[in-house]
Amino acid sequence: MSEQSPHRENSDVQSPHRELGLTDHEFELICEKMGREPNGVELAMFSLLWSEHCAYKHSRKLLKNLPTEGPRVVMGPGENAGAVDIGNGYSVAFKVESHNHPSAVEPFQGAATGVGGILRDVIALGARPIALLDSLRFGEPDTERTHYLVDGVVRGIGHYGNSMGIPTVGGEIYFEPPYEQNPLVNAMCVGLARTDEMVRAAAAGAGNKVVLFGSLTGRDGIGGASVLASAELDEGDDAKRPTVQIGDPFEESKLLECCQELLAEDLLVSLQDLGAAGLTSSAGEMASAGGTGIDIDVGLVPLREADMEPFEIMVSESQERMLAVVEPSKVDAVLALCTKWQTASAVIGEVTDSGTFRILKNGETVGEIEVEDLVDGCPLYDLEPEEPAEWTYPNRETIAADAAVLNIPESDRAIAVAIDGNGRRVACDPFQGTVEATLECAANLATVGAEPLGVTNCLNFGNPEKPGVAWQLGRAVEGLAAACRALEAPVVGGNVSLYNETPQGPIYPTPVVGMVGELPDPTRVAGRPWQDGDAIALIGPFDPSLAGSELEKQRGQLSKGLPAHEIAPIKDAISLVRDAVRTGAVRTATDVSDGGVVTALAELAISSGIGCEAGLDPVIARRECDPEDALFGEGPGGFILAGDKAELEKLGGQGVDFELIGQVTGNEVIAAAGESRVEILVDEARAAFESLEERIESDQAGLTH
Amino acid sequence: MKWGVLQFPGSCDERDALNACQLAGGGGPGQARLVWHEETDLSGLDGIVVPGGFSYGDYLRAGAIARFSPAMTAVAEFAANGGPVLGICNGFQVLCESGLLPGALLTNERTRFICRQGDLIVGESDSPFLAGLEAGSTISIPFKHQSGRFFAPPELLEQIESRGQVAFRYAPGQNPNGSLNDIAGVTNEAGNVLGLMPHPEHAVEAFSGSTDGLAIFQGPALAGAAS
Repeated sequence: MSEQSPHRENSDVQSPHRELGLTDHEFELICEKMGREPNGVELAMFSLLWSEHCAYKHSRKLLKNLPTEGPRVVMGPGENAGAVDIGNGYSVAFKVESHNHPSAVEPFQGAATGVGGILRDVIALGARPIALLDSLRFGEPDTERTHYLVDGVVRGIGHYGNSMGIPTVGGEIYFEPPYEQNPLVNAMCVGLARTDEMVRAAAAGAGNKVVLFGSLTGRDGIGGASVLASAELDEGDDAKRPTVQIGDPFEESKLLECCQELLAEDLLVSLQDLGAAGLTSSAGEMASAGGTGIDIDVGLVPLREADMEPFEIMVSESQERMLAVVEPSKVDAVLALCTKWQTASAVIGEVTDSGTFRILKNGETVGEIEVEDLVDGCPLYDLEPEEPAEWTYPNRETIAADAAVLNIPESDRAIAVAIDGNGRRVACDPFQGTVEATLECAANLATVGAEPLGVTNCLNFGNPEKPGVAWQLGRAVEGLAAACRALEAPVVGGNVSLYNETPQGPIYPTPVVGMVGELPDPTRVAGRPWQDGDAIALIGPFDPSLAGSELEKQRGQLSKGLPAHEIAPIKDAISLVRDAVRTGAVRTATDVSDGGVVTALAELAISSGIGCEAGLDPVIARRECDPEDALFGEGPGGFILAGDKAELEKLGGQGVDFELIGQVTGNEVIAAAGESRVEILVDEARAAFESLEERIESDQAGLTH
Repeated sequence: MKWGVLQFPGSCDERDALNACQLAGGGGPGQARLVWHEETDLSGLDGIVVPGGFSYGDYLRAGAIARFSPAMTAVAEFAANGGPVLGICNGFQVLCESGLLPGALLTNERTRFICRQGDLIVGESDSPFLAGLEAGSTISIPFKHQSGRFFAPPELLEQIESRGQVAFRYAPGQNPNGSLNDIAGVTNEAGNVLGLMPHPEHAVEAFSGSTDGLAIFQGPALAGAAS
């Protein structure tokens, strides 16, 4: 279906569907499909599944352009998470998801349940979570609101992850004014599964039973998907706090073990977690994916509060719940395992061949919707993109990270994971900025010798009904598709978070890209501290520019547009670095990112405690750029390598631009370019770096930067 | 030597502990098994690990519910008969709650979860778990907890010190939680029960940066061979 997006009506008369976030047009469409007006239960269900958060109604058409297939893909978009084969009978499942608005309203629980939700997505595939990464965005580090949000978000992530015994192995955090009121909390989970024990979400087999297990169903989080996740944030949002869910990691820990055991014993037909829109979405999507019907009797759902209405039970977003389809002969064994793990369980319905989603209360029908209408009937809107004539965002500062390496003894190899996304650069140029974020993930993987296997992403944008935001979203998805195609890295899953706006304006458009790669030898990774006397090389088609750079930001400017770069030579540089790391030819490798060459050198100096002397005149000569560009300019495709000079020199003459730029020595970072010269004591650089941590008091969550 | 690693609802480090036990014995899955919290038969086991995590969600107080589990009743008997019992993190808390070890673990001084690699100084305890470690030497293993501040009233603390029950202290300047006397781990009077907050089971493979934790798991077999 193709139609224009109707803007939200501002009528004085409030009808129930408007309060639930449906437009008049959408309501009429529902009536037309049903041949009657929906009752209260049905309307509540439609309002959630037709929300932006569940229906992707402003992004689904765009997402069809992403490359999603590859020889290693085990599960792709449409499942609870993506998964790629890593050999030896094992797969890695992963996904990144946002919990932005709940975290803006209640940072601790918002972030904690964000982690809980992404863990459950991976658990639902039959994988055991082994690592978490975060991508966080806040306003400037010195404001009271940022302190409040950082404190809550970091504690929330640490609390949930630690309580489950799952380490946070990496991540990135940026502080920029457009995120002041609307922070971004994106969490990525990586899990390990035996490929033959993995399970899909599609319901199958009329007569099979539907089992709900995990926490009791309560009134928490009712309407979270439509009220919080699919509208702009506004003044007075504190009143929405009751729509934020409360997390219980102990329950999830039991659920994890229970699911692992259920799947190891081959007791389930399919499995799905309950997230946004609760039972409505889980049961509806399972039926939709399987092309079946489904009956759910709300009278059989174990409740926390006895007097809940059918619609409340159907839309509750109580956390730590899973839904499984089970053959009748295996129901007793499933319930017994749930009892063993001290988690509530009940048969609450049945798979049918009717194509209908029927809601019953103690056997009496209280709602009846065609599965197709509910899950796939929502109109998909074309965006009305228009490149804005000019745009202004207020501006400030960053920390970045390379890749984390996870040893997988079961598969006799290791994987590496990275997450990236620089909203400021995407704001300058949505296409190029997103290409860069994707290339940076691959570059980060290369520094530990890893090759990309698959990609996940979270698209955090403002209100897509606005032409400027629509344009950003469209261009960003094109950039993601182009970069993933070039890297031959399929997109196996992801999440879209729109309406990240407050009365102060939209956030920076922030596509966050997560990438999983593999490497043959986890003991042979570079990125470790350099050593006194090492030679330093700059490698790759890095063409530095101040556009969108940290330096430009410090000056309070923001360029429109970023220089375009060919992806192919950057990919060649990435491959060369990856191979050099794998053979042990280099000791240290990092990509040039925020703050340019000087910042990359300073970061390496800080991590080893040894300074360097670098001369960037060869860069100026090759790129015909200004000294300032050579020192602080940014752009994709650059790596700083350090190690034995003779070994490094072998990397020259392989078709990738290569310059020896200096050596590791002393206690100062010294970089000279033309008449310009930067000198800073390593200790001073470290103190400056650590002072940010103190300013925001965020050293507690095991975030490794 | 065959180990049993307790598993409660909410345990999280039992797999790493299992792996450490197996590596300590030279590898092989036959050298350790999980013991479900409702099990009471520990026959055939030569050592017990009470692992880290959040037993029963750590509701009420860390370790307060686990002490009443059927498996812990069996572990108390196992310990009374001289069997080696190692409690790590939540396991340490459970052993203190059970009265198998002296003292208590309180919320960190800064009230926050901490996670970092750190150094421990090996104490003078006469414990089988320290058989492979030299008193005064340093080991590097991860610290990872929110309620790890060791506390004992003055008289008890004096007793713990004077009877040589301090197995590990945080290296100078590295006390992460405000523990009294920098205590990171203690033994019972007999020495066969050891509890510590840091995580030796996470430091047994070269890949992770340190293998210093392995010696603790190898200790009882060494001590057994020597006696």
